[in-house]
This record gives sequence, C-alpha cells and structure tokens, in this order.
Amino acid sequence: MSKTLFEKIWDKHVVDTLADGTIQLYIDRLYCHEVTSPQAFAGLRARGLKPFRPQQITCMPDHNIPTLHQDQPIQDPISKNQVDTLEKNAKDFGLTYYGLQHPKNGIIHVVGPETGLTQPGMTIVCGDSHTSTHGAMGAIAFGIGTSEVEMTLATQCIMQRKPKTMRITIDGQRKPGVTAKDIALYIISRMSTSGATGYFVEYAGEAIRNTTMEERLTICNLSIEMGARGGMIAPDEVTFAYLKDREFAPRGEAWDKKVNEWRELYSDPDAQFDKEIVYHAEDIEPMVTYGTNPGMGMGIRETIPSLESVDEAGRISYQKSLAYMGFQAGEPMLGKPVDYVFLGSCTNGRIEDFRAFASLVKGKKKADNVIAWLVPGSWQVEHQIHAEGIDKILTEAGFELRQPGCSACLAMNEDKIPAGKYAVSTSNRNFEGRQGPGARTILAGPLVAAAAAVTGKITDPRELL
Amino acid sequence: MKQKFNIITSTCVPLPLENVDTDQIIPARFLKATTKEGFGENLFRDWRYDKEGNKIASFVLNDPTYGGQILVAGKNFGSGSSREHAAWAIADYGFRVVVSSFFADIHKNNELNNFVLPVVVTEGFLAELFDTIFKNPKAEVEVNLPEQTITNKATGKSEHFEINAYKKDCLINGLDDIDYLLANKSKIEAYEAKR
Repeated sequence: MSKTLFEKIWDKHVVDTLADGTIQLYIDRLYCHEVTSPQAFAGLRARGLKPFRPQQITCMPDHNIPTLHQDQPIQDPISKNQVDTLEKNAKDFGLTYYGLQHPKNGIIHVVGPETGLTQPGMTIVCGDSHTSTHGAMGAIAFGIGTSEVEMTLATQCIMQRKPKTMRITIDGQRKPGVTAKDIALYIISRMSTSGATGYFVEYAGEAIRNTTMEERLTICNLSIEMGARGGMIAPDEVTFAYLKDREFAPRGEAWDKKVNEWRELYSDPDAQFDKEIVYHAEDIEPMVTYGTNPGMGMGIRETIPSLESVDEAGRISYQKSLAYMGFQAGEPMLGKPVDYVFLGSCTNGRIEDFRAFASLVKGKKKADNVIAWLVPGSWQVEHQIHAEGIDKILTEAGFELRQPGCSACLAMNEDKIPAGKYAVSTSNRNFEGRQGPGARTILAGPLVAAAAAVTGKITDPRELL
Repeated sequence: MKQKFNIITSTCVPLPLENVDTDQIIPARFLKATTKEGFGENLFRDWRYDKEGNKIASFVLNDPTYGGQILVAGKNFGSGSSREHAAWAIADYGFRVVVSSFFADIHKNNELNNFVLPVVVTEGFLAELFDTIFKNPKAEVEVNLPEQTITNKATGKSEHFEINAYKKDCLINGLDDIDYLLANKSKIEAYEAKR
C-alpha cells in the first residue's frame, strides 16, 4: 500500500493502537531543556521511577542562559536555579548533559542536527514547540508538554492521536534575495496561525528540493506557527551530505546501511494526503510581519491590510494587534524606523544565517539608531563564524557577537527589547511581549534584518545587495 | 492535579479574542519555576496587570461582574509555545473547562493532561454564548463529560462535543497517561525487541 513519508515513519513507531484509535507511539530521541523539564523529573521522582532509556535522552540549557560572560555564574537566581536543576537531574539519572560553555552547548534545535543526534526516520520530541525543526532531516519531530516529557522519560512512549497529513508544494524557483525564512513566512501568511492545526506537514516541490539543509531547518522550524504538529522534508543527497561524519552519525558499514534505509523515506507517488496545497516560488518576496502573530506577514513592498479585509469575528483582535504595534492599516512597512535588530534563534541562528547577514553588511556600517544583538545558535556555529572570518566583517561594520542561547527570541534572560521599541527579529514569534514586556517585534529573514541594521529602518535588502 | 471530571455547571468568564497564544496565557518570564504550583497568579499577566503591577480594570479577570470555572475564548485558543505552564496557570486559577471554536493542538493536549477539559463548539454556538454571557453574566453553562454535551442554560441550546474514549476515561477516573503506559511496559519492551 502506498504511504506518505509521514506514515512510513509513524507506522514503524506504533507500539499499540487502542480501540478508539489512540496510539502508543515509541520515541527514539528526547531532548530536554531547563524550562519544560523540571516538573517532569519531579513527577518521575514522585512516582519512584528512573528514565527508562537514558541513552536516548540529551539535555542542555538554552532558554535562560546569558549571552555575555557565560564563564560567570548566572546572575538571576531563579534562572540559575532552573539551569542547576537540569544539571542535577541529568547527573542524578545518568543523562547526557551539555552545560554552559560545553563545546556542544547551544540551542537544542541547532545542536541536535549539527551533532548528528537528529537523523532521518526517527521520532523526536522535546518540551518545545520548535522541535518541528528536526523534521527537516526526514524525521517525525514535534513539541510536547511537560506531562508528555514525563511520559517519555518514564516509558519512551507517548499517547497520541494520529494527525492528518498535508503536503505543501512550492514549485518553481525563488527569486534572488528571497531566503528560506521568507518562504516560511509567506506560507504562514497564507495559511494563518491555525491553518495547519491537526496536520503534520510535508514540504515538497522544486523550490524545497533546491534548498540547503540549513534552509530546510528554518522552514520546518516555523511549521508550528501555522498550527501544524510538525513539518518534514524527505531526506535526499543534501541531507546525507550534511549528516555524514557528524559526531553521532553512523559510520562505515553502518552508515551505508542506514543511507540505504533512508533512501526509502519519501512519499510514494500515489500516496494520499488529507490536504494538498501548492504555492509558486516566484510569488514570494522578502517578508516582514506587521502584527502580533506570525500569520500577519506581507511582502516587504506591500501595505498593511485594511480592517475590511479581515473576517468580522477577528476584527477586535486585528485592531488590538495594530494598536499594540503602533501601526495603521493601509500603511507601508518600508521606511519604518527600527530600534533593535536580533539575529539568532533556532529559526535563524545557524552559520548560513550569519553568512547571509555578513554578506549584506560587509563594507557598510551599523546605523547609529540601531542596537544589534547577534547571537549564534550554538558554540559550533560561533567557532565556524570565527573560522570563516565572518567575525571580522561584522566587527568592521560595527557589530559585536554575543554568546549562544535562545536570547531575545523569548527574552527569558537579560536580552529584553524595551517596551515600545521596534525590533526586527529573525526569530519565530511576534506575540505581544514575546521579546520583553511591551516590545514590538517585526519578524524577518537574515537579509531583511541586515538591511534594517545598516539603514536603521525597514529596507528591501535587494536594494543593498 | 488529578481531579476526576464529571458534570460542571458554572457561570463563565468571556474572552472574545482570537488567536490567544500561550505567551499571553503565561509570559516566558514566569516560566522559571521548577514546580507546577502558583502559575494562576500570573495567568494573562500582561493583560491583567500594568507595568507597575496594578490591576487593569478593563480586563475581564479583574471585572467582578464575571467569574466561574469556565473560560470562553475566541477561536484558535492556545497557539504558539508548547509550554504546559499555560495549562497549569489555567487550572491553578480555578478554571475546569475552556470553551472555544478551535484549539491549538499541543495546548489542547496539555489541558487534557491537567484535567482541564477543552470543549470545541461551533462558531454559532460560541457567538451566541458570548452574547448570553455579556447580557447576563450570571447565566450558567452545563458541561456534561459523560454525555459529551455542553448546554447554554439561558437559551437551552445544547451541543455535542468530541473527545476520544481513552481521554474521556482518563478524565472521568482521574487517571493519567503515565498510569496507562506503566501498566503496559511489557508492550514497549516487546516492541524494542522486534525492531
């Protein structure tokens, strides 16, 4: 029987199916960070249990950690306690732990793929909605709550309903100056933040096939922002070339055997999806958001939609959103002043994002009105930035690099955008207060962020390339 | 946390906004605790309190007109972050039911895992329910889990809601997934052995 990519992997991980269709799903990898795991470990202790398969669990702090002076103790005692709690839990239960300043520390969704812990065909969960990132390597990866983290710790299984399947095909070729982030923001702007709720999405089509591995990670990362349980891309030569020789990737004969298995991971030509959507890469422009959810995005040269274009039931929310942002319907975004620029996060904190940012700011100067936070997604990315001399380009243009972590994406550490200030951010959410109470976030890709950083306003990066 | 669920009859708290994300339900800076208690204090923190920590009178949780164990919200409730702290905050505040025409997946699971019942109703039922509550804040709604019905007692309108049999059983009996999984550990070992 023909199957989708999703079904091929899912079916192999079904331990049991209950009479009502609820599935006991086996999990290959559990990633734990400090924010969503302490109550799970506490629950485990309260039940007198230990992790069932400790070798399938990897822990690292990323949300609370400062991006300056990581060699010193964390200043905020509550943040420090949360990080220390993860370290203690990992130590007590014999789990792999990459703490602050460990060469493999970083944002968990950057570290998983770059170390080869994430592999095609796996089921991967983490108490974090951006776990969808790992689907880019041809895995089923999705975010779960803390109760489900506890279930996975205790039994390496979770109870799930099988999601519906959706294929989003992007055909054609994208235009110069359009990044993976722009593709994702375009899709979400069409789908809305709930358009894929209940579905697991496979991205396909020529424009997707032609992406790099890191671009795929960006696209799958944002799947949750349209409500999807996860997103995935069939593994291919791009995936295998990226994964080969990474630390935890199989080697020698084991590698060859695995690659042969992974080559079977694609949706059969006549496989049925519950929903099919097609977009054209030529229609995609560099994107920015103008509102307070990631679905409120538009091409950078367009104007903010009118109130009349919004469904009646959604108009109160729409007006509240624009009022929060200090924007008017019908206005252009081009030329709007920017106070902060944030390059980083599990969405756009990888080496290619730093290369893209550097390519645009090279030979230019940071605008005086802009404070820029450039935060690598991991220490491995940070080392690569130095190895390639990108740090010199950035320094000459007036930028400084910070140390790896989630940082201003959700502002759990000190990196908070002040109330009322505008931040062009390469992260994933522009919710009210996401980057600090009262902060106003404009989501964009690394090129739009770079253009804003050197001009001090919303600028079409294609004018500067 | 494990509270058996059967029939709840209560007044409602109306929140007619769409796309209420979990960052609004509980902002990230309140996620630093290592226990599950006390999150209700900061439920909808930035809509409920101003920068100085004063209550914002216009926000519904600060309006003494409204109260009860049922939160009624606009469509796509709980989108965004997977933080279960949002469900803990809702439960800790005292809500047992959240009614909306649409829920985000992860948050819906998180509510169920904390014995808060997400009830999905039609857009029409939801609009009428908001109307009822605004006209008469003392109007009651009955949520009957065994029968899977929700009734707007002021209008008499009733709707059937969906919940899978497994989760319904967990809620009614006060059992969670781990209780179930631990009882089925041999199946997991058998699965691993034949991989």
